[in-house]
Amino acid sequence: MGIISFLYKDNPWYKFCEALFVGISAGYWLCTVFWSQLVAKLWDNVFATTAGQPRQYVYLVGGILGLMMLLRLVPKIGWFSRWPLAFVVGGTAGAYIVGYALSNGMKQVKSTILPLWVSGNLYATVGNIILVVGTFCGLVYFFFSKEHKGTYGRIAKLGIFFLMITFGASFGYTVMARMSLLIGRMDFLFGTWLGLIK
Amino acid sequence: MNKRKFCLVAVIALIALNFFALVLSAQEASTSPATPSDSRWFDTNRFNVFITLAIVFGAILWFIGRAKKGKSLFVRRIAGLDAIEEAVGRATEMGKSVLYIPGIHDMNDIQTVASMIILGNVAKTIARYDIPLIVPIRMPFVVPVAEEAVRQGYSSAGRLDAFVKDNIRFISDEQFAYAAAVSGIMLRERPAANLLLGSFYAESLLLAETGASTGAIQVAGTANIHQLPFFIVACDYTLIGEELFAASAYLSREPKLLGSLKGSDLAKAVIVLAIILGTILETAGVKWFTKLFIVQ
Repeated sequence: MGIISFLYKDNPWYKFCEALFVGISAGYWLCTVFWSQLVAKLWDNVFATTAGQPRQYVYLVGGILGLMMLLRLVPKIGWFSRWPLAFVVGGTAGAYIVGYALSNGMKQVKSTILPLWVSGNLYATVGNIILVVGTFCGLVYFFFSKEHKGTYGRIAKLGIFFLMITFGASFGYTVMARMSLLIGRMDFLFGTWLGLIK
Repeated sequence: MNKRKFCLVAVIALIALNFFALVLSAQEASTSPATPSDSRWFDTNRFNVFITLAIVFGAILWFIGRAKKGKSLFVRRIAGLDAIEEAVGRATEMGKSVLYIPGIHDMNDIQTVASMIILGNVAKTIARYDIPLIVPIRMPFVVPVAEEAVRQGYSSAGRLDAFVKDNIRFISDEQFAYAAAVSGIMLRERPAANLLLGSFYAESLLLAETGASTGAIQVAGTANIHQLPFFIVACDYTLIGEELFAASAYLSREPKLLGSLKGSDLAKAVIVLAIILGTILETAGVKWFTKLFIVQ
């Protein structure tokens, strides 16, 4: 209720809830990270392994990188903290690249290559034409090596129309989902909790 | 020992440590029952992915090489960048702050990386006008990068003295606690311009709507497709998807970023050609071309 009171205007109740939320979440995440990462991953796998379980020293590398991150608290050697950052950025980019190439590249291209004429099925024919033309025009819009002028500009404009129609549909869908969430919360507050709705 | 030599030694030490850790782990594991594993180095079923990536990376490296040699690489002006300048200009006229929200994801998200590059350029502009720049951050890893980007921006403008470290604020790891706190900043500090550039999720409309209610000029940009509609309705200008990455390349003129952008443009051109050719062949009943893109 305190957070929802924000809809009226900023008020002391909202400020209190905001501070409480931020403070509790900070404490919660500190505990979660301590137990799920430092203890469960580093301590348990390297120092306190159970009988028969091999020690996994590779976790020490993560521990050292974590310590290097903390070195930014010492201004003179603070530049050490750039290393774990570089490790995270580079490592993740390398790990995700194939996945992205598959999901955002190959599979999308494969799904867009469709026949423009499906015999005896007008619905599929129109759908395929819209999909192929929409994808083509959308890609033209996101081509940055050429100015959007003349015929090329008109194709790019058609691309942005397709995008806006998609965004409109997505907006409506999400708003409906949020309304359903609101109804669920109201039902809980006034029904389950206060018992005003039977 | 100078910094460069020390870095080299430390990199070698880290690699060696990693190697020894793996060897020690393997020795300990040798006593436990063996688990079956796939010993192949290459998955031949995904040869088409390898070829595609080789073409894309080849193009990117070629363009980066050209950019480094000083060859001119044309990138069209992105309208959203004018909107950012306009927003900063308005904040200057009103003597109010600019709020820069770099999304809620960590540094391993390419959108956050692009956002940090734009932040550096925005900081450079803002430093010249002498107005406060507030950067609320959700992920701890982003804090040092944002500090560095803003410091660099102020330094480039020759106004390092105006850099206020406390304006780069870590808020909370929790998504909606972050959204609540940033909404509070918008209402209490009343920035004249809100720049929301990066990776956003369910908090996008909460932030954009609150910002709109304060009358601030808002420029947003994200590659998260499901959040774009909210930014489009609630902000004055929105950088759509790849425009965010293009903006970072355009502003920085960094050869690596320009090369990547041009390389991805070439990849798009190849994709368009593949779609046109594939569609013609599919319509004519020829299927082999489509099968080239099947991934197992």
